[in-house]
Amino acid sequence: MYAIDYHDLGTPPTGAAAMVELEIDGQSITVPEGTSVMRAAALAGTSVPKLCATDSLKAFGSCRLCLVEIEGRKGYPASCTTQVAAGMKVRTASDKLMQLRKGVIELYVSEHPLECAGCPADSHCELQDMAALHGVTESPFAADGRSAGHGFDELDAKPCAQDSSNPYFNFDPELCIVCSRCVRACDETQGTLALTIQGRGLASRVAASQNERFLDSECVSCGACVEACPTAALSEKTLLNKPHPTAAVTTTCAYCGVGCSLKAETHATEVIRMVPNRDGAANQGHACVKGRFAYGYATHKDRITKPMIRAKISDPWREVSWDEAIAHAASEFKRIQAKHGRYAVGGITSSRCTNEETWLVQKLIRAAFRNNNVDTCARVCHSPTGYGLKQTMGESAGTQAFTSVMQADVILLIGANPTEGHPVFASQLKRRLREGAGLVVIDPREIALVRTPHIEANYHLQLRPGTNVAVLNALAHVIVTEGITREDYVDQRCEHESYAAWKKFVAEPRNSPEETEAATGVAATILREAARLYGRAKNGAIYYGLGVTEHSQGSTTVMAIANLAMATGNLGREGVGVNPLRGQNNVQGSCDMGSFPHEYSGYRSVLDGKVRSSFEREWGVELEQEPGLRIPNMFEAALDGSFLGLYVQGEDIAQSDPNTQHVVASLTALECLVVQDIFMNETGKFAHVFLPGASFLEKDGTFTNAERRISRVRKVMEPLAGYGDWEATMMLSNALGYPMHYNHPSEIMDEIARLTPTFAGVTYDKIDRLGSLQWPCVDDASNGTPTMHVDEFVRGKGRFFVTEYIPTRERTNSRFPLLLTTGRILSQYNVGAQTRRTANVTWHSEDRVEIHPHDAETRGVVEGDWIGITSRAGETVLRATVTDRVQPGMIYTTFHFPESGANVVTTENSDWATNCPEYKVTAVQVVKVDKPLDWQVRYRVSRDARQPSKPHPTTTPA
Amino acid sequence: MEAEYLVEMANDISNFFGSANEPAKASAEAASHMRRQWDPRMRRQIIEIWRSGTGHFTDVARGAVALLAAEKPATG
Repeated sequence: MYAIDYHDLGTPPTGAAAMVELEIDGQSITVPEGTSVMRAAALAGTSVPKLCATDSLKAFGSCRLCLVEIEGRKGYPASCTTQVAAGMKVRTASDKLMQLRKGVIELYVSEHPLECAGCPADSHCELQDMAALHGVTESPFAADGRSAGHGFDELDAKPCAQDSSNPYFNFDPELCIVCSRCVRACDETQGTLALTIQGRGLASRVAASQNERFLDSECVSCGACVEACPTAALSEKTLLNKPHPTAAVTTTCAYCGVGCSLKAETHATEVIRMVPNRDGAANQGHACVKGRFAYGYATHKDRITKPMIRAKISDPWREVSWDEAIAHAASEFKRIQAKHGRYAVGGITSSRCTNEETWLVQKLIRAAFRNNNVDTCARVCHSPTGYGLKQTMGESAGTQAFTSVMQADVILLIGANPTEGHPVFASQLKRRLREGAGLVVIDPREIALVRTPHIEANYHLQLRPGTNVAVLNALAHVIVTEGITREDYVDQRCEHESYAAWKKFVAEPRNSPEETEAATGVAATILREAARLYGRAKNGAIYYGLGVTEHSQGSTTVMAIANLAMATGNLGREGVGVNPLRGQNNVQGSCDMGSFPHEYSGYRSVLDGKVRSSFEREWGVELEQEPGLRIPNMFEAALDGSFLGLYVQGEDIAQSDPNTQHVVASLTALECLVVQDIFMNETGKFAHVFLPGASFLEKDGTFTNAERRISRVRKVMEPLAGYGDWEATMMLSNALGYPMHYNHPSEIMDEIARLTPTFAGVTYDKIDRLGSLQWPCVDDASNGTPTMHVDEFVRGKGRFFVTEYIPTRERTNSRFPLLLTTGRILSQYNVGAQTRRTANVTWHSEDRVEIHPHDAETRGVVEGDWIGITSRAGETVLRATVTDRVQPGMIYTTFHFPESGANVVTTENSDWATNCPEYKVTAVQVVKVDKPLDWQVRYRVSRDARQPSKPHPTTTPA
Repeated sequence: MEAEYLVEMANDISNFFGSANEPAKASAEAASHMRRQWDPRMRRQIIEIWRSGTGHFTDVARGAVALLAAEKPATG
């Protein structure tokens, strides 16, 4: 069932520029060439009856309900599979058509009960609508009112059982009309190809994988099939036990950096289901198991809805009023600043909060605290992206729209696992790969895209963790020495001097694939072929993730990527580009908003007096001229006693930052830690003030996704704690003595636009009008910029950098012989605070460590064993998964559960330019052990005691 | 802050710029990076370490810190 407010046009748009004029029911209409008659009719305001067609899927032509008459043509063609032609005259209604369609519906109804009362799709069932439209109430083709149909198992001579295995949706074969929309959605929309139609005739039925339960099959629970189903054969469980939605609010997903546009469907303000917005530019009507289904955390009983304070972290929390909590926090910050100076406090903004909220926190730090000690969680993920792309091209952001991938001929995927981390973009990427685009995967682990149904990477460069720069230099070596560079492009668009220096550097024999092979582990012959494939592509596009940035040479790697794209002329048009896949929903936005200690919004240095003056004029306060502390520097400063107060909004640094023991020691040293979050998190355990946060469903604002797209977040329910996060920050600032008065987040966006050139003219009205828009907006009239660097680079000429490979100091030895690297899994998100509190734990209830069979065997480890992981920083215990997805000599784990302690073992090594932690390379030893560590057991017991989830008792729908 | 940690950071920065430039220019680039990105207390401390002669600096890093030391002391 698609969104309740959606008007389906039957078949997808063609995108053709040429137009065709035809006549439908006497009305003239002009539509793009290749448009179906069905879609043309819908655009003309006439809905042709249909069942197997929906405009998110290619025309299928199976239901025979959309028949029309076309002047001069014999018979009754299906309007979904018939394309328009110039001068065509179409009739969509006649007695004969009515008679034919009625016969078809009677056949359908013979297999599907018209017992609609209580059906999850009642009032939104397309078969019900069609039957009513044609006056069909029963079928003459079934002796007892209906035949056995597709829900009947002839072998067992009984109805097929419902499949309720998936926690979010049901499959009821009795309600299935075998229209194949679910199968096609799984193929075309999601690209998993988990579903099929099994059997023939009346025995045909939908089957998941090898006729398994949905939960046991390859299904990734994206829900595309559920949305595509025209009846209730596939239906959200919430529609079974809750009232049907009656209203829809368009908002933006709060999970990954794809930033899917969603419609929150509500009944009396309770969210009944989430449906992807088919007009959403980022997601093109698709969503994943997190965005579509895992929103229940917003009303989980663990939500904290009352402010709390305590004098010492060993004291119990005391619930207080907002006024008391804010006054206490403000007085503590003032006390610390009075005693230790104004640089002794700071704050951290959140990539899970809106642009407006992030803006206010950095403003509070700069204008109320009067220093630049503000940082954001991008510090630990994509800060090297900001630095590297700014240095080379002049702007700290990806260069394309997601749709650009559909024009790419060769895709270079480096250190990213989109099917797990960015699943909706992965679906689009897979669509392009199925169309024949080439793929090179550079990853130490065999990610799904290396080989998945109908897709196989041309080359998988399975490098050793920590050798990205060496591999990229070797790719560049081949491209330069084999003359594959685009000299004309570089000559016109890039600096000649830096290009010459780079070219000379990469051409040195030591950067050849043959010379680097020993360090990288990548066979020279394969690397050479991969370089040629990318270098010679008409459109070569690079996509990368945290496997690039979270290294000691993260910034160098980003620059090496930019070098490669510039040298091959792969920037400035559709189908190419350098595309960082951002981790969190608003990590691009939080960076754009000036959350860095050395930069104002729009990535402008705090040293720039002109920029600083513009802020001083607007904010009416003199601002600090020197850079402030970055997050790891704050930890260091806390330990040496010069940093004592911290305001953390929506970020769990105690779980997400490396070397947990070090972080804990730092947080313990603080005299005032204020944590603002929706749940009591790991950081909150060291806090003195807890301010209850608001989920994305509880506030207005905007998120900016990985393609620079600014999208609206709209309030669906009232904040459980009474205030949106932006309001809490405002209260704190006022209590600190720096007045902030905004009536609505739109006023904050107006201020952002006034002070940030790349946001010039961005207003809520404009976003509402356009649906979303991609910065930069160069002036008030701009509607955004899907592709950057079109005529020239933002910095003028592209700058090449020499990217010497410098091995990390984190090296294996006899004591720590393996390398640990980390990643994500589809069903969980980041530190898991949200997804652990949903039924997504069905798929992933604990983090496991992947170990190669060879390494497992030499240690006597078998599947499911507990294994102890020890690094120079600490130790933890996880269960083993023995798999050759990882190469010998490396192990891999996710970090979604606090008891996993992945960051107990990671070290404080970091990127040279930005201090982004080197999460991806930790030298470790692993041994088989009997049980987890005591502190891990305590976590598990505590978590198990909290299950199952029930709504928060104070849930108050807006 | 821990001296060794600060010196490692300065050395890492200097290694990047040192790989592409002759030493004097590399030191200037590394100093500029620290000037633009480091909190003044970090810069003050690394200058103190350099003056005390205890840090294991690379040549480029030593040159960079010397440039920072020659600048007007930062407030903050």
